[in-house]
Formats: sequence, C-alpha cells, structure tokens
Amino acid sequence: MYADAAFFSLALMDIFIQQIINGLVLGSIYALVALGYTMVYGIMGLINFAHGEVVMIGAMVALAVIRMLLDSGLPGIVIVLIGLAAAVLACMAVGFTIERVAYRPLRHAPRLAPLITAIGVSIVLQNLAMLVWGRNYHAFPPILPSSEHEVLGATITSIQIAIILIAALMMLGLMLLIHRTRLGRAMRATAENPSIAQLMGVDINRIISLTFIIGSALAAVAGLMVSANYSIAHYYMGFTLGLKAFTAAVLGGIGNIAGAMLGGILLGLIESLGAGYIGDLTGGYFGSNYQDVFAFFVLIGVLVFRPSGLIGEKVSERA
Amino acid sequence: MEFSRVSGMTLAVTVALAVIGCSQKEEPKPQAAAPAPAAQPEVTVKLGHVAPLTGPQSHLGKDNENAARMAVDELNSQNLEIGGAKVKFELLAEDDQADPKQGTIVAQKLVDAKVNGVVGHLNSGTTIPASKIYFDAGIPQISGSATNPKYTQQGFTTAFRVMSNDIQQGTVLGNYAVQQLAGKTVAIIDDRSAYGQGLADEFEKAVIAAGGKIAGREFTNDKATDFSAILTKIKAKKPDVVFYGGMDAQGGPMVKQMKALGLKKTKFLTGDGGCTPELIKLAGEAAEGQYCSLPGVPLDQMPGGKAFGDKFTAKYGQIQLYAPYVYDAVMVMADAMKRANSVDSAKFLPEIGKTNYQGVSSKISFDEKGDLKNGAISLYQVKAGKWEYLETMGGAPVEANGTPIGAAKDAVQEAAKATAEAAKATGSAAKDVAKEGVKAGAEAVKGAADATKAAVEKK
Repeated sequence: MYADAAFFSLALMDIFIQQIINGLVLGSIYALVALGYTMVYGIMGLINFAHGEVVMIGAMVALAVIRMLLDSGLPGIVIVLIGLAAAVLACMAVGFTIERVAYRPLRHAPRLAPLITAIGVSIVLQNLAMLVWGRNYHAFPPILPSSEHEVLGATITSIQIAIILIAALMMLGLMLLIHRTRLGRAMRATAENPSIAQLMGVDINRIISLTFIIGSALAAVAGLMVSANYSIAHYYMGFTLGLKAFTAAVLGGIGNIAGAMLGGILLGLIESLGAGYIGDLTGGYFGSNYQDVFAFFVLIGVLVFRPSGLIGEKVSERA
Repeated sequence: MEFSRVSGMTLAVTVALAVIGCSQKEEPKPQAAAPAPAAQPEVTVKLGHVAPLTGPQSHLGKDNENAARMAVDELNSQNLEIGGAKVKFELLAEDDQADPKQGTIVAQKLVDAKVNGVVGHLNSGTTIPASKIYFDAGIPQISGSATNPKYTQQGFTTAFRVMSNDIQQGTVLGNYAVQQLAGKTVAIIDDRSAYGQGLADEFEKAVIAAGGKIAGREFTNDKATDFSAILTKIKAKKPDVVFYGGMDAQGGPMVKQMKALGLKKTKFLTGDGGCTPELIKLAGEAAEGQYCSLPGVPLDQMPGGKAFGDKFTAKYGQIQLYAPYVYDAVMVMADAMKRANSVDSAKFLPEIGKTNYQGVSSKISFDEKGDLKNGAISLYQVKAGKWEYLETMGGAPVEANGTPIGAAKDAVQEAAKATAEAAKATGSAAKDVAKEGVKAGAEAVKGAADATKAAVEKK
C-alpha cells in the first residue's frame, strides 16, 4: 500500500517537475522579450508595444536565411547561427528605425502620443510581415538535434535546454553590461534623469538608440528560440507573446532589469502550473482555458499590494 | 507663425476628411444607377464573402476567398442572363478575423452594402451570430465550412451549409476513435470556439456511447502556441487517443509537442479544422500516422473535382481546406438565381432550398433546416507526409467516375436490400412487383459489381 502511495506521489512528482520545466522554458522566452520592454520604459517612460513584432521579424528573418542555406551542406548548428546573426542585424536595424522615425519626434509630446504610435507601429510591422512573408505558417526545418532527455522523470528536448541556457547567458551578459561598463552607467544615468545625464556629458540620443538596439537584439534571439521550439513562425506570432512579455515586465517591476527577468520566469511558471493544476484546484469549475486569466489575476494581485511590481522601486513624482 | 501653421493643419485635415468622405459616397451611387433597365440591361449581383483574412487562420480565409473569386470569375465568363438582364457578379470580400465581434460588424457592413447573398463565414463562431443579421435582412447565406449544429437550428430560412454538421462528424469520429483506433481511454482538447467546443462535445458523447472512457477534458484557445502544460496533464492519464477540436494552427504544434513530451504511442485525431497540409507542415515528423476527418469525399472522386483542383492550384496554389466547398456555395447561389430567374434575394431564396446540384465537393441538396442532405464524412491519415484517404462513412453513394470502396460497399448493401425486397415481394405472390423488384435488384447488383470492379481496378 505504501509502495502504491509512493508510486502515486512519484507520478505526481513527475508531472510537477514536467510543468516546472515547461514553465522555465516559457519563462526564459518571456524574460528575454520582457527585457526589451523594461529597458525602453526605464529610459524613456514609453511602452514599446511594437517590441513583440520585432521578435516576430527576428524569427521570420532567421527562418528565411536558414531556409536559404538549407542546401548549402553546412552543419545545422552553423546554419542556425548564421540565421541568428542575420536576425540580430535585421532586428537592430528595425529597432533603430522605429525609434528614429516613430518615437524620437514625439519625445516631448504628452505621454499618450507615443503610446498610440507604438500600437500603430505594431500594426504596421504585422501587416508588412504579412505582405512580405505571406499569411501561411512557416515551418522551422528540422536541422537542429531534437533529442529528448529524461530529467527526474520529465522529458526535455535539447532545444529547450539550449533555450534555458542561452537565455540565462544573455541575461547575465546584460546585467554585466548595465552594471559593469561605462555604457551601462550611461544607460542607468539616462534612466534616472535624462536632463542631468545630459549635463554630465551623456549623449542621450545615442544612449536611447543603443537601448533600442540592444533590446531588439535580445528580441531577435527570443524570436529564433520561439520558432525553433514551436517549429513555426507566423506574421501574427508577436502579438500574444508581446502582451505576455509586457505583463511579465510589469509583474517584475517595469523599468527594472532584474524585475523583467524575474517577472518573465515567474509568469512562465505561473502559466504552466496554473494550466496544469487549475482544474484540480477548483474542482473542474475553471478549466485550463483559464490559464491566461490565472496569470492576469496574479498580476492584479501583485499590483494591488506592490504597485510598482515585485522588485520595482517606488518612483517619486517629478516635482 | 503659430497661427498659420495651426490653420494650415486644420485646412489640410478638413480637405483630407472631405476627400475620404466624398470617395466613400461615390461607391454606392453607380451601383444604385446600374439596375435601371436599358436596351440590354446590365445588373450587378453583389456577393459578400467573409473569412478571417488576417490572424492565425488567415491562410484558410484567403483560400476561401480565392475559391469564391474563382467561382465569380467563372460565372462572369459565362455571360449569364437572368430575368432578362445580363448579370455581372461582384465579390465583396471581408475580413472577420475569426472573431465573433468582428463577424457581426462585417455582417452589418455587407447588409448595408445591399449584397444579394453571402458566402461564409468560415468559422462557426462568427457564422452563427452573423446569421441573425442576414436573416433579419432576408439575405441568403451559404457557408462552406461552418459545421456547428446550432447554425441551422436557429430556424433561419436564410441559413444553409454545403458541409455536414458536427453532430454527424462528432459521431463518426467518436465511433472511429473507440472502434478503429482501439481507444479505450480518450483525452479531449478543444479551443473553446463555437466550432471546437461543439465538435468536442459531440465527440465525447459518441465515445461514451461506444464504450470508451474519457481520460480528461482540456482547453486552449485559437491563438495559443504552447500546449506543454495541458499535454503534460494529459500525459499523466496515459490516453490511447488524443482528440483535438480546433484548427490546424493549434493542431500542428500540438501534435509536435505531444510527441516531444513522450506521448509516443498515443494517436492524434482531429476534425475538419486540422485536415490541412499546414498541419503536417507545422507538426513535421510528429504528424506521421495521425488522423483527421473531413466532411465530403476526396476531390478526385467527384465529377469535375480533379479539374477544379488543377485549375485552382494553377491559379492560387495548393488548396488549403475549404476551397471546394466555398466554390460550390457560390455556384449553388448562382444556380438558385438561374432557376428563380431573378437576382432578387427574396425571389431566389426559396429556390436554394430546392437545390439539387452536383458540386465538386458533393451532391448538394438541403433539408428543411438548411443542412446538407446525405453528407458523408471521410477519414484521412498522414502517410509519407501527406493526407491519405482512408474511408468514407455515411452519405449517398458517389455516382459517375471514380467510385470509392466505401460507396461500393454502400452500393452492394443497397443492392442486397433491393434483392431482399424483391425476394419478399416474390414471397407475397405479387408477381409483377416481384418481377420488377428482381430486375431492380439484378441491376443494382450489376451496378455494385461494376463499382467494386472499378474500385478494385483503381486500387
């Protein structure tokens, strides 16, 4: 009888660990995209709704390059890396252009104008992608090793392991950049107070452009990860992803880099565990179709008790 | 300086608005002027078409629109004369984004544009609310893909569909899952759309009726891409079959993630929403050996089906899913207009109900609710990266070329019935009736034998 109980709880443990792994993979992607939102908000006070579309463009460009190189005879990893490089370059260009064309002219406009512009840019990018790459789904060619591994009773694919590791590396790299380099210091100064930073000799135009560029580069990596993990890229894929990543950034404390990472991972875990256990917890009343609602409930709960997010700082109103 | 800039801007904005306003007014005017009878009067028939042209299902929506456009082009090239006037068909294609809210807005837009008929929508979730708007305006609506039973249960005389509904499809799928797929435990996922939910409910009923057990019921939505959470939950229950009620945009990634999570021996079954080449593309290797159902019979088993397929593929590329049905829907509407000898909605609406038309998707006739009569459901399996036809259940036996094995089976069954009736008639000593019965039986048997021979030869 005890053996049965042990077996039963072991099976439950397997499921729990699987959900944790699912959540970590999802969360890593959310974290990478959330970083873009949070950096731009920290520097400019603007929510760049077009960021999700930058992720999508990264995925599409990477896929296009990979498909071009499929018959070249290069090993799969090399093809993917070349695709990644192309995606990063393309997204950097897109991010830079968006900032210059859509946001810079509105830098001193009331807060609503750049917000609406951001939504407009998002729609423009979506439809541009639809015109360039068509409406159909693009499949990610199976050139990466997709072997499954058993970890503590759960299954994880090599792509998923790569996602978690690469996302962690990139986040670490960004933290080092922000806290250990001159550029990082300039970015932190601009985030704190742009006018004073300018007085201190920081070229805030350059810093803002660089922020967009770095955020977009991260978005390109995230885009490639998403299309590799789910094997599809579609011109519409940035919409929901952007929304969730924005939620993650707010959950962690928007404007706070560590907050975006924490929020992303947390949101991924909440969604995964929520979808897995919500049915059982509510006795079947709420099914797994409420997983998004669950995530937003948590967001509301956090904001009620900590309005600036989990580790966000209380920003005092400018005098 | 500030003054002139502000007034300049205001002037520019006003001019822009005026231009936009004027151009919008110009459109309906020529249409209103057209029906004025002249020497050889010309009348423009406006057909509305609605499908998701943007969003995750846009590849299916565009497929529908292409089929409707092809049908309209064909009709225009025939230079039809209806009611003594030359008829020119015009397609008003709209986008409802598979969103019920958008669907009703677009429906009202079409009603205001005074269309003569509507082909669409694509999703049941948008077709059902829109059908009320079309019914109130008296505009006939034929859908080529909405399979939820509620569509024709509302009592709207304007609602028709050229595809069997989900009561039939769910029943066929449920029986198939339990019997042919040896599914003792079945897990069900649906996308909570009107279509997905409806089909999954019917499937669940059929599985329980056939003696299967439901391992669990999970949900997602029609924009999701990540299903690892719900698939992990299902994995714990170790089902034999996983059924998904929803579209290929989710079904494809779902199969892939299912296999990646280790559900290797579990079979995947889906309805017509997933019976597309896109699903195979999205799922990759994981799609091999999975099943789907599609109302109707394969295109090359219908007279004119292969010709339609070739023409469509040459013009628009690979058929995604519902193109043949939408094409038939437009043709049925035109056929009704021809028979009523009028393009007026009120006049040709009753004729739609009396349709008896050989389409490229099936033989089309409607019952009193607007459902397709004798609709068949075909089952397909992925073999070597393509959907291979397995069998057809239900429906009338196919006439003319290319009789499938299933219809041959039906024909033999009918022949056996006819012979049995003939035997009964002989037994009751009504000699003339008996003779006729035997003749009919013999003819039926001959026909069935020919059909079987043809099918066997084909195989």
